[in-house]
Amino acid sequence: MESTSSLPADLTDLTLVQARSGLEQGTFSPTELVQAHLDRLEKADALNAFITKTPDLALAQAERAEKRLRDRTHGPLEGIPLGIKDLFCTEGVETTAASRILKGFIPPYESTVTDKLFQAGAVMLGKTNLDEFAMGSSNKTSAAGPCLNPWRRAGDDEALVPGGSSGGSASAVSARLVLGATGTDTGGSIRQPAAFCGIVGLKPTYGRCSRWGIVAFASSLDQAGPMTRTVHDAAVMLRAMAGHDPRDSTSAPVEVPNYEAALTGDIRGLRVGLPREYRPDGLDPEMAALWDKGAQMLRDAGAEVVEVSLPHTRYALATYYIVAPAEASSNLARYDGVRYGLRVEGASLDEMYCKTRAAGFGSEVRRRILIGTYALSAGYYDAYYLKAQRVRARIADDFRQAFRDVDVLLTPTTPTAAFGLNETIDDPITMYLNDVFTVPTSLAGLPGLSIPVGLSSKGLPIGLQLIGRHFDEETVLNAGLVLERAAAFTHRPAFLTDTGEA
Amino acid sequence: MTYRIQGETGSWEVVIGLEVHAQVISASKLFSGASTTFGAEPNTQVSLVDAALPGMLPVINGVCVEQAVRTGLALRAKINHRSIFARKNYFYADLPQGYQISQYEQPIVGEGKLVLDMPDGSSRTVGIERLHLEQDAGKSMHDQHPTRSLIDLNRAGVALMEIVSRPDMREPEEAGAYLRKLRSILRYIGTCDGNMEEGSMRCDVNVSVRPEGETELRTRCEVKNVNSVRFVMQAIEAEASRQVQVWESGAEVKQETRLFDPSKGETRSMRSKEHAHDYRYFPDPDLLPLEFDEDFVDRVRQSLPELPDDKKERFITDYGLTPYDASVLVVDRESADYFEAVAQGRDGKTAANWVINNLFGALAKAGHSVADSPVSAAALGKLLDLMASDVINGRIAKDVFDVMIGTGGDPEAIVEERGLRQVTDTGAIEAAIDAVIAANPGKADEVRGGKEKLLGWFVGQVMKATGGKANPGLVNDILKSRLLGG
Repeated sequence: MESTSSLPADLTDLTLVQARSGLEQGTFSPTELVQAHLDRLEKADALNAFITKTPDLALAQAERAEKRLRDRTHGPLEGIPLGIKDLFCTEGVETTAASRILKGFIPPYESTVTDKLFQAGAVMLGKTNLDEFAMGSSNKTSAAGPCLNPWRRAGDDEALVPGGSSGGSASAVSARLVLGATGTDTGGSIRQPAAFCGIVGLKPTYGRCSRWGIVAFASSLDQAGPMTRTVHDAAVMLRAMAGHDPRDSTSAPVEVPNYEAALTGDIRGLRVGLPREYRPDGLDPEMAALWDKGAQMLRDAGAEVVEVSLPHTRYALATYYIVAPAEASSNLARYDGVRYGLRVEGASLDEMYCKTRAAGFGSEVRRRILIGTYALSAGYYDAYYLKAQRVRARIADDFRQAFRDVDVLLTPTTPTAAFGLNETIDDPITMYLNDVFTVPTSLAGLPGLSIPVGLSSKGLPIGLQLIGRHFDEETVLNAGLVLERAAAFTHRPAFLTDTGEA
Repeated sequence: MTYRIQGETGSWEVVIGLEVHAQVISASKLFSGASTTFGAEPNTQVSLVDAALPGMLPVINGVCVEQAVRTGLALRAKINHRSIFARKNYFYADLPQGYQISQYEQPIVGEGKLVLDMPDGSSRTVGIERLHLEQDAGKSMHDQHPTRSLIDLNRAGVALMEIVSRPDMREPEEAGAYLRKLRSILRYIGTCDGNMEEGSMRCDVNVSVRPEGETELRTRCEVKNVNSVRFVMQAIEAEASRQVQVWESGAEVKQETRLFDPSKGETRSMRSKEHAHDYRYFPDPDLLPLEFDEDFVDRVRQSLPELPDDKKERFITDYGLTPYDASVLVVDRESADYFEAVAQGRDGKTAANWVINNLFGALAKAGHSVADSPVSAAALGKLLDLMASDVINGRIAKDVFDVMIGTGGDPEAIVEERGLRQVTDTGAIEAAIDAVIAANPGKADEVRGGKEKLLGWFVGQVMKATGGKANPGLVNDILKSRLLGG
C-alpha cells in the first residue's frame, strides 16, 4: 500500500504516507510538495477553508525540511503540508478561534500539539476555518464566514456545509489542499465533519493529546486529533501529536505507542459491538444499511459482531448540552476586552464588558454562554450541572460494561449526510442532533474514529464510527484500516472535478 | 468581665467569626511559575497563565500544597487526602481568567482549633472550620490616572490560604487574640509572613448580635478587608453597636458585605445580598482532584517545629514561668529561642523577667526586633551570671544593661572598665559605714533608740558613698551590728 511506483501525477493526490516515502526517497522535494499544495490553495478560495494562509512560513519550513532530509535528521512528518485548525495558538501567527473577539490576536507561544508537529517536521499552510470557538456542527457560526464542503449532491449545485466545528480542516483535507489537518473534538467536531467530507477523523482518548495552547471550549471534553484521507495517515499524525505534557494537568502520563505498527489488518477474533440504542426508530434507512454493511465487512475479516446495549445513550445529548456550555461559560470569561483581543470602550468597566462581548461573540456562542451560566446558577446547579455530571458517569459506565464484552463498537458517525448551507435550521436542537452519535464517546472520554465507508443515494459520503477503550487507539485504528480496505472508498468530491483535478 | 453591649432594651451578646486570607510563602504562584516576590515593578511577574491568555492551563504548585498541609497540621486540623479545586466565577478587571480558582465543597484542610492566649493569662479555644487554597487577584489602582484604572497582575495567581473560624468569639479582644495567635503560628511554621500592612494577611470579619440568653444566631454582616489587628477590634465594636441599634429600632439586620472606615470608626454597606455575586462555583475541569497519601502528610508533620502552645507548656513546666510570661515569650520563635538561650542553666523566672521587662522594653524603645537585638542572648546570660555570683548587684546590672543596649558591649568588660564591681571587701564597707555614722550622730542615736526604720536611710547613704557598688546585703548586716549591736 506504500507503493510509490505509480505516483499520481498531482502531488496533492498523494496520501500523507505516500508523500512521506516520496520525500524520503527524494522523488520530489518538500518545496515541490508544498508549492503544489499552495497552488491548489490559491484556487480554492471558494471553499473558504482557511482563515489565515501562511505561504511564506510554509516555504521557509519546506526549506528547513529539505536540509533536514538531506542531513538525514528529519522527523516523521518532515516536509508534510498540514492545515492547523484556527483554535490552536500558533506563535507569531494570528489565532482567532473564528471569533471577532480574538481578531488580531497573535499568540507569543506555540500550542503543544502544533509544536510537536513542527518538531516532527510538519509544514503549516495556514489556519483552517471552524465554528466560532468550536461551537457548531456546520462551520456556519464562523466570524470568517462559512466554509464549504467540497462535495455536492449528484446533479445538484447547492452548496453544502462541511460540518463542524473542524469544517475548514475537513474541507481542506477533502479538497486536497493539505495532506492532513489538526482538528479538535468536543462533542463530535472532528468526526462529524470528517464524515461529511468523506475523510478520516480521529478523536483520541481524552488526555492523549495536550490541550495546552488550544483555545478552550469545554475543558473536560476538548481533545485534539488528526484529520486525514487514510487511516494510516491518521496513525502517523496522531503519533506526532500525542504525549504527556506537564503543562496540562489532564494530559495522561502514558506512553505513546507506535500506531503504525498496530496496523496489521488482522482483526480475526476481534469482538465488535453494535449498540442497539444507536438504531432509533427514525434512523435513515440508508444510514442503517451502510452500518449493516460495515458490520458485515468486519465480520468478513474474521471479527465477531454482537449487539450490545448502552442504555443511557438517550440522555447523552442533554447531558452534553449542560456540561459543555457550563464549562464554556467560564472558559470564555477571559475574553473581556481588558488584556487582548477586541475592546469596545464604555463609560464603566461593566459597560465595556457588555459592549465588548456583545460585539465580539456571535449568537451561537452567546447562546451557549447563557445556557452554561444558567446551568451553573445558584438554585439550578443541582438540577442541571450536578445531575448532568451524574448522568455522565452512568454513560461512561455503559461503555465500561460494553467493553467487558467487546473490543470496539461500530456506529454511524452522524444521523445524516452533509446538509445544505442554506437549509434553514431555525431550531438549535435540530442542529445539536448532528452530534447524537458522537457525544456519548466524548462524555466518556473514549477514542472515536470516523471512516468514509460509502455514498448516500444522493452521492454524499457517509461515515461510520469505531469507538475503543481508553487509550486503545491501536485497536480502533486497526479495525478502521480493515473497514477502509473493505469499503475501498475512492470517490472524489465534486470540487476536484470543478477545478479540473478529476 | 464578659463583653456585652448595653442597649436600650437590654444586654446584647456579640458573635464573631473570622476569615483570614494568608498569603502562602512560596517562590512561585499557585498555578504558574511566575515569581511571588513583593514589591517588583508592576506587571513584571506575570506568566501567560496569570494573564489568562487563550489556551493557558493551571498546574498546581506542590510547595503551596505542602504549606497548606503544614498549616493544617499546626492548627491540629483534619487533613483531607482528596480535595477539589473549583472555579469561583465573577468579572473584574484584575481577575484575568474571569474566575478565581479556589476550593469550595472539598477543601484541603477540615476542622481544627486555635487556642487563644488572653491578656489575663487565661486560654480559650476557637474552632477552625476549614482551610482552603485559592488564587489571589491582581491589584486595581484607581488613583494613578485621571480617567483610567491601572491593573497590576503581579499578585494575580499568588497562593492564598483562606482560614475560616467558627463563630466562636464573643468579644473584640478575642478576635485580636485570634489574629495574633494565628499570625504567630503561621510565622513559626513559615507558611505566611503575617504582614497585615503589606496585605500578606487580610481579614474579613463576620459579626452578628443577639440578646443575652438567646441561643439562635441572628443575621450576620461581613466586614471585608480589615488590615490590622486594631482595626479588626474597632470594626467589630462599631458593627456590633450598629446592629444593636438596628434591632432595637425595630428593623432587621440585612445580610450584606460592609467596609470599615477607620477614620470615621464606622462600617458602611458595600453591597447587599440582592446584589451579591452568584459565583457559579463548579469543579475546575482543568485540574484533577488534589490527592496525596498519609506518607506525604507524615513527612510534612516531621518537618514541623515545636509549636507555640507546646512551647508555652514546656516553658511553664521546665522553667517555672507563669502562663502569661510563657505566652508572651512564645509569640515568635526568635523571642522564645532568645529566652531559652538566656534561661539555659540559669534561673528561668529571672531570665523571663529580664527578657520581658528589660529587653523587650528597651528593644521596643529603640525600634529593634529580637532578631537584631544589640544584646545577644549570651551577653544577657553573662549579665545574669554576674548578678548571681554577686559580682554586681541588681541596680548596677540595670546600668550595665543600658550600656549594653547602647554599645552592644560585653557585660564583664563594662563592669571592669567602669569599675562597677560590687564591693564585698568588709573593711572598705566598714570604713564607709563608720564615716556615715560619724557624720550623722543624731540619726545614729535615733536608730539605737529603737527607730529601726532609719536603718534604710543609712543603707542608702552608704551605697551612695560607695558609688552603688557595695553589696547591699553586707551593708545591711554591718550597719545592724554597728548600731543595734546585733
